[in-house]
Amino acid sequence: MSSNSDKMTGAQSLIRSLEHADVDTVFGIPGGAILPAYDPMMDSEKVRHILVRHEQGAGHAAEGYAYSSGKVGVCMATSGPGATNLVTPIADAYMDSVPIVAITGQVPSAAIGTDAFQEADISGITMPITKHNFLITDPSEIPRAISEAFHLASTGRPGPVLVDISKDALAAQTTFAWPDSIDLPGYRPNTHPHSKQIREAASMIVNADQPVLYVGGGVVRSGAAPALLELAELTGIPVVTTLMARGAFPDSHRLNLGMPGMHGTVPAVGALQRSDLIIALGARFDDRVTGHLPSFAPKAAVIHADIDPAEIGKNRTADVPIVGDAREVIIDLISAIQSEAVAGRMGDYEQWWDQINGWRTDFPLGYDPAPSNEIAPQQVISRIGQIAGPDAYYVAGVGQHQMWSAQFIGYEKPGHWINSGGLGTMGFAVPAAMGAKVGSPDSVVWAIDGDGCFQMTNQELATCAINDIPIKVGVINNGTLGMVRQWQSLFYNERYSNTDLNTHRIPDFVKLADAYGCHGLRCESPDQIDAVIEKAMSLNDAPVVVDFQVHKDAMVWPMVPAGTSNDMITVAKSLAPAWDREI
Amino acid sequence: MTRHTLSVLVENKPGVLARVAALFARRGFNIESLAVGPTEVSEISRMTIVVQVADLPLEQVTKQLNKLINVIKIVELEPECTVERELIMVKVRADLDTRSHVLETVQLFRAKVVDVAPDTVTIEATGTAGKLEALLRMLESFGIKELVQSGMVAVGRGPRSITDRSLRSAG
Repeated sequence: MSSNSDKMTGAQSLIRSLEHADVDTVFGIPGGAILPAYDPMMDSEKVRHILVRHEQGAGHAAEGYAYSSGKVGVCMATSGPGATNLVTPIADAYMDSVPIVAITGQVPSAAIGTDAFQEADISGITMPITKHNFLITDPSEIPRAISEAFHLASTGRPGPVLVDISKDALAAQTTFAWPDSIDLPGYRPNTHPHSKQIREAASMIVNADQPVLYVGGGVVRSGAAPALLELAELTGIPVVTTLMARGAFPDSHRLNLGMPGMHGTVPAVGALQRSDLIIALGARFDDRVTGHLPSFAPKAAVIHADIDPAEIGKNRTADVPIVGDAREVIIDLISAIQSEAVAGRMGDYEQWWDQINGWRTDFPLGYDPAPSNEIAPQQVISRIGQIAGPDAYYVAGVGQHQMWSAQFIGYEKPGHWINSGGLGTMGFAVPAAMGAKVGSPDSVVWAIDGDGCFQMTNQELATCAINDIPIKVGVINNGTLGMVRQWQSLFYNERYSNTDLNTHRIPDFVKLADAYGCHGLRCESPDQIDAVIEKAMSLNDAPVVVDFQVHKDAMVWPMVPAGTSNDMITVAKSLAPAWDREI
Repeated sequence: MTRHTLSVLVENKPGVLARVAALFARRGFNIESLAVGPTEVSEISRMTIVVQVADLPLEQVTKQLNKLINVIKIVELEPECTVERELIMVKVRADLDTRSHVLETVQLFRAKVVDVAPDTVTIEATGTAGKLEALLRMLESFGIKELVQSGMVAVGRGPRSITDRSLRSAG
């Protein structure tokens, strides 16, 4: 224990602990059980509290903040409904390995278990969706719990940690003592890869004919992007970047085949399917990437590197399992492959590239033009990316606009693409963009949202306007739940059950923006696109909401229908690549 | 599907049993038997978990268990080098006519009588699942009124202790 011990309340101890954990921002809403903590928070010179409008917004904001700042995001809520409103963002952070700490008030310890007013067993509820959680009823345990929570959230495979503190523990007198060391005997993440596994992997890589670097979000989390660039350029192996890894490798790079999976590019999907060696780095063989698992990449041997041993072999058997931090793994792989080269062993992937380049020529990413005078949503998203450039942050909701954002914005930098990949949380964009802007205030932050998603969490525009967080929101408004409608078009005989939102009539997004103290712009024809985006870029005194009224029949292509083999990829309705045309 | 016995060392903290049980349930595994108790170190408890599961899913559930922060160590105990014991207490109908036969069975199985009433005896027995099943088969004909059974506990044979290294780092 350190010497800076002091008498104070549990609540003061909590705020002091947050200061020690280097917290500068907390997103939250006060309420009965957490109220004691809000009193000393007022006096903190280090911790800024941003009062959101819904606890879900606080959670997603903490995620966005974590993405853009590289720090642990923090959200706070009261007991019961306040805490349960955090469940969605906590589950989201769990699926996408985002480091956040959620702090919730709990009813007084004597009332726990009595179905007291605003009581919910939030530690029980979040057990399967947190990396770990704590229920604290003894004020002296607050500093250690906070210290451990931040350590757990940010190390190993990052993730959400919840600290639930009873009201009486916050109110009671205690002695503050910040622990000098972490004492978690059951937690020892293994970051250093085993050298034998690395040598074996290097040998397989130089002997492969059709290898692919399958890059996942772990590469972004571990800061491994520069090392990855070196590895790819050293070997000349094609790179595919998953939805969570867009930006981990520059899109402009000749070795980048784009995104694999359900809406991946033909070269990325095809390369994985026909590969003889998949080098998976911080990726988890998600069903949206593999499609029908037994027919995924049938000829490929697999090198699987991940910091979480439970991911290795979970979905696809690994021939060479490597437990370790992606950055350390890649750095060690580079030197092992260099040793192979010194010994005269180098991979020759020329024929492989001939084949891949054929797919690239035949099946470039593209989209059908919209009917005349209507706006193609892909064009809007593509232009936002070109005008705002690779230094901006792009935050998406979930659905068609998310896939188009993954496809048509050119990503050059890791961490600049922020989305809800694993959980697929509609409503993620606006609050996450708010958090990203707070975490990186000098950057341009675009939320690219759907009209369905936008209506789930747009109340945080008030938070943005009042707290001087000038994000830009591009609502890709097709008046419908677009991705669901696309499935209804393709798989339900165009029977559009409950997907028409009538958003072209209600609400009026420009008026809504105005009501929230934001700039509201509207774009109704293709010739206005650039001017409206430029206008939005020029407005920085308040958040901007742009209502892009796009045509509703645009679809996301390519597509691998759910549950089918990746070989069934179609590039447009009923149009499949002719795989046999192989060189 | 084969039967596996896992010895799991956990931090002796509230909620750990719930975390472990919930993890098994969430990943779709049925726990056949579970026994929890203290160890020679006060901060550490030991769970003995018996599951029926194929090898590959077992590896996955073991890895997932290892991710629980309060789980310190997991060892799979191989049956051929493990001593396994369960405990039962069984209340058997035994009047003047049958009591001597019941007591004979008790002796045969080296079990013992822990309570007696005019028309019942309560028998305590420990052993492997196989031995206890055999005992129960023998007692069935007299009429079993009540049966209570513990989860299995198990320890590896030989001088080595699975707690040695973990305890040094945890203590």
